[in-house]
Amino acid sequence: MRYEAPTTTKEAAGLLAKAKGSAFLLAGGTDLLVRLKSGLVEPDLLVDVKRIPSMQTMTRTSAGFRIGAAVPCAVLGENAALKKAWPGVVEAANLIGSDQIQSRCTIAGNLCNASPAADSVPAMVAAGAKAIVVGPKGRRTVAVEEVVTGPGKTSLKKGEIIEAITLPKPAPKSGDAYLRFIPRTEMDIAVVSAGVNLTLGPKGVIKRARVVLGAVGPTVLLVAAAAKAIVGTRLDDAALEKLASACEAACRPIDDKRGTIEFRTEVAGVLARRAARIAYQRAGGK
Amino acid sequence: MSGIHVATTINGDAVEYVCDPRETLLDVLRNRLGLTGAKEGCGTGDCGACSVTLDGRLVCACLVLGAEAQGREVTTVEGLSIDGALHPLQTQFIAHAALQCGICTPGFLVAAKALLDRNPDPNEQEIRYALAGNLCRCTGYDKIVRAVSAAAKDVRKKQR
Repeated sequence: MRYEAPTTTKEAAGLLAKAKGSAFLLAGGTDLLVRLKSGLVEPDLLVDVKRIPSMQTMTRTSAGFRIGAAVPCAVLGENAALKKAWPGVVEAANLIGSDQIQSRCTIAGNLCNASPAADSVPAMVAAGAKAIVVGPKGRRTVAVEEVVTGPGKTSLKKGEIIEAITLPKPAPKSGDAYLRFIPRTEMDIAVVSAGVNLTLGPKGVIKRARVVLGAVGPTVLLVAAAAKAIVGTRLDDAALEKLASACEAACRPIDDKRGTIEFRTEVAGVLARRAARIAYQRAGGK
Repeated sequence: MSGIHVATTINGDAVEYVCDPRETLLDVLRNRLGLTGAKEGCGTGDCGACSVTLDGRLVCACLVLGAEAQGREVTTVEGLSIDGALHPLQTQFIAHAALQCGICTPGFLVAAKALLDRNPDPNEQEIRYALAGNLCRCTGYDKIVRAVSAAAKDVRKKQR
């Protein structure tokens, strides 16, 4: 195995594009190094992106936030402006593992690892986050929900890498939230999760909504019917009921030791309801 | 397989080594540099026995490649004492008997040090959250939490 630590995104993309055999990007390494050690992957080339300045920095722009792909999740939690703008995204990112893991793990890595149970992904999709992808043909921007195509699979082409994740500037009177169910209190992988992002119009009526479920399908699910169920309402009990039903209807979970299909389906509705309430309050609704 | 030459700083000293590209920082510390304080518990970032700091951030040395330490600053449990005097955390771990077999202890000490560096007066909940990435299979956690709390007091007194 060859280890390379380039200093520009272009150079990193070039190394991947030219690579013969299997090549992997190393960001935080909290998933990759475990798989490497257990022999699940046998890379011929490892490209460490933590020496690339544009991937290591987080900046506030006029359009919102740009989070470099190698920025560890701990840094997100230490940024007061980001926490205020996107509390749900930051909470989701900070749920991943211990302090030791937080020092290393990244939201771009969480996305590219392509686990259906990735904590930061439903929150990012709810927030309308985008991935800036650099490849042999230049740069493109893609919605986060279009990156993962199935468990362990992404839409990125050979030689393409995510340089940064962008979050928009939150709309006035908006709020987001992320909740997950795990059998323990901390340090576990989501059995079911829900991310909600709401924007209110006059009199606390919901104008726009994005409702996203995690761990109940091969990818995270952006549930348009669930958003539709609460738009135009003030999140009264009837609207919350419809939201939960729409979420349950969208679920396509697996049955495993961590949760049955029935359990995951029901909890998805419960979590979506609770996350919607928190997002509504954060948006200034009562 | 070609070795990678790495120049780094460990516990304040300039250190150079050559390592295999797949070799973890933990293996470099233990097998090449003789710094056997950090332990391998799980090797997958779950137990925290190999905790060290990398540029001031708490990490599992088993989830860092030796090659990644180039130009960085690493602190291990061996770097906690100053001129042979134990750090207040180490003194209080002894005073509180906050260890039995000792395998997890270096990781707990390094993680607790990282906590006190950013929060000199943590409450019990903050201590428990900060040490949630470190597993102990002997003592239970109460003695460890009490030792960290007492050490925090000592550190604050010293700084006054």
